Amino acid sequence: MKPAPFAYERARSLDHAIELIGGAEDARVLAGGQSLIATLNMRLSRPQLIVDINRVSGLDRITLRDGYLEIGALVRYAQAERSAEIAAHAPLFAKALPFIGHPAIRNRGTIGGSIAFGDPAAELPACFVALDGEAVIAGPSGTRVVKADAFYKGLFETALTPRDVLTAIRLPAATGETRTGFAEFARRHGDYAMAGLAATARTSGKTPSDVRLVFFGVGTAPVRARAAEAALAAGDIEASVAALAKDLDPPDDVQATGAVKRRLAGVLLKRVAAGLMGNAS
Amino acid sequence: MSERFHDIVLTVNGEEVRERVDARKTIVDFLREDLGLTGSHVGCEHGVCGACTVRVDGIIVRGCLMLAVQCDGARIETIEGVSDQGEIADLQSAFETRNALQCGYCTPGMLLTAQELLARGGLPSREEIRAHLSGNYCRCTGYHAIVDAVEAVAQARSGGRR
Repeated sequence: MKPAPFAYERARSLDHAIELIGGAEDARVLAGGQSLIATLNMRLSRPQLIVDINRVSGLDRITLRDGYLEIGALVRYAQAERSAEIAAHAPLFAKALPFIGHPAIRNRGTIGGSIAFGDPAAELPACFVALDGEAVIAGPSGTRVVKADAFYKGLFETALTPRDVLTAIRLPAATGETRTGFAEFARRHGDYAMAGLAATARTSGKTPSDVRLVFFGVGTAPVRARAAEAALAAGDIEASVAALAKDLDPPDDVQATGAVKRRLAGVLLKRVAAGLMGNAS
Repeated sequence: MSERFHDIVLTVNGEEVRERVDARKTIVDFLREDLGLTGSHVGCEHGVCGACTVRVDGIIVRGCLMLAVQCDGARIETIEGVSDQGEIADLQSAFETRNALQCGYCTPGMLLTAQELLARGGLPSREEIRAHLSGNYCRCTGYHAIVDAVEAVAQARSGGRR
């Protein structure tokens, strides 16, 4: 339970970080380290080089611009929890943050780390997809932007290549019509959920539009429940819950069987559905 | 060339420390093995149990999920330093009075985690205390006595009575 040997470099800038990881055969980017160092300790990961980006300046800002809230990759959970900008403009993130890990983990863990690692049972990747966000990625040939729906490709597989660094995410700022919902089941507060749901919708009248229901802990990546979304947009909560049978096929894991997870998903949907459809947020 | 071994300078419990460390060494192993500060315990080594909790630049972290080399220039406080300073004497006394420990393995982490909550001031509810301590496993006490102790100190520090 000790890491295999590796070399370590502290990046002085984003360009330096990209140069360092580009020059190594098997480098990993170290941000908050709350997943990476655990996997190193268990030797699930044995990189040659760790590139520490914690002292790269400019990656820990939260900025509102052009209708988007941009959250730097090095913003830590604890910092995000205290952020008035996130509370006002990304209320779904604000709802999810208290469920992530425990205080000592929230002090170190970063938003960018969670998004880039893409644990299928983690809260923020699901919120990121539910909010239709964008990932800002720096690589050897410059910066590019990838939509959240295209970011997660499979189990721990994302649009990031081994030469890239996620520098920020952008979330569309909430408006008066934005409705969000978040719920999860975990055995212990702060643990990874057996099943969870991050949901958004827009509502100005009786039925919601742009419904996005994104479940976590039920697949290899955040899972959009598109049939349930359509049923909820038609105003039918029961049909939406029933449609989850089509949308979700959760594998068994150490926490629960697939059947239990699917049942929990329905309960979670019922909990958030009214809030998505009504005029109260 | 990228190096495996690095020279670091940091402050541990108020004293400057200069050491050469292997990059793969976690801060809790560094404190225990290189500095002999064995009050911080090693439990699960993957961030679940909280036994390794230490303070880095004033905030609690998992000692098993931070590398010693990352702490170059940092200010580290361990249970030894925080005890010697007298910062948590009342909390330690309450733990003893209320039997909030049996084997004591989790206690250093419990104390540092509880102190972070208490240092915010105010009177946290029992639910808030439980949520704040949720990342620290205790396999002896069933937690009730720990919550009692933290609650009693919160009340005492805020001038209230039980």
